[in-house]
Amino acid sequence: MPETLVFYLLAALAIGASAMVIGQRNPMYSVMMLIASFGALAALYIQLDAPFVAVAQIIIYAGAIMVLFLFVVMLLNAPQEDRAEWDRSHPLRQPGVTRFGTLMALLLVIELTWALTGPGRAVESGAAPVSSVREVGRVLFTDYMFAFEATSILILVAMLGAVLLARREGEQP
Amino acid sequence: MIPLGHYLIVSAILFALGTAGVFMRRNLITILLSIEIMLNAVNLSFVAFGRAQGTVDGQIITFFVMTVAAAEAAVGLAIIITLYRHRESLNPDAFTTLKW
Repeated sequence: MPETLVFYLLAALAIGASAMVIGQRNPMYSVMMLIASFGALAALYIQLDAPFVAVAQIIIYAGAIMVLFLFVVMLLNAPQEDRAEWDRSHPLRQPGVTRFGTLMALLLVIELTWALTGPGRAVESGAAPVSSVREVGRVLFTDYMFAFEATSILILVAMLGAVLLARREGEQP
Repeated sequence: MIPLGHYLIVSAILFALGTAGVFMRRNLITILLSIEIMLNAVNLSFVAFGRAQGTVDGQIITFFVMTVAAAEAAVGLAIIITLYRHRESLNPDAFTTLKW
């Protein structure tokens, strides 16, 4: 039972923090809340017998990507959204869009109710956990070798693109 | 052990929150953050499926998603910085020059 309790606690933390990300008007608080959400998700990964993914989540997401976001928020001195302007010009406030959105949301609710109350088709397999980092590394460097190498090119292109885009105009590289 | 469906429901809720953020917020940085939420929701379902199958494939695909997220964040933030230099605004409605 404590396992289930921990799961619900972490899930509530992840969902609540993500909702706060969207509910905030200040981007700085949004980034902080997203870091909390990533921490809860990392704990969920540990519960799923994936410790390496959990550590990578903390190091790459919370450590690298979110710090990048924080730097940009501070660099731009990012302005908060203006409430009055938001209310007036928001595209979702147009009447046609509102009707269409309500219709789609209702359809989704009906479909979800049908799917969740229908006959149980969920397959609960009790597969043995594969938790060793050694196995992850072996599969990564054999079966996924090409994808792994292609990733390095992706990183290189992203790095060059970011440097080129953020360069001031008229500046010679 | 927690059933697979529970993880999938958490993942679905997170993905829905991310989608709502992309559509509702009028701040480019918050929109990028919402995309990160969606990527994480997908990661969670990958790891949960991998655990249910008893293979490490789900975890490995998660690493690739993380790499793509890092690349996307770097390029996206560079674009945001460039846009902000031009218009002094982060509102996506301010950047409609390509729209006729």
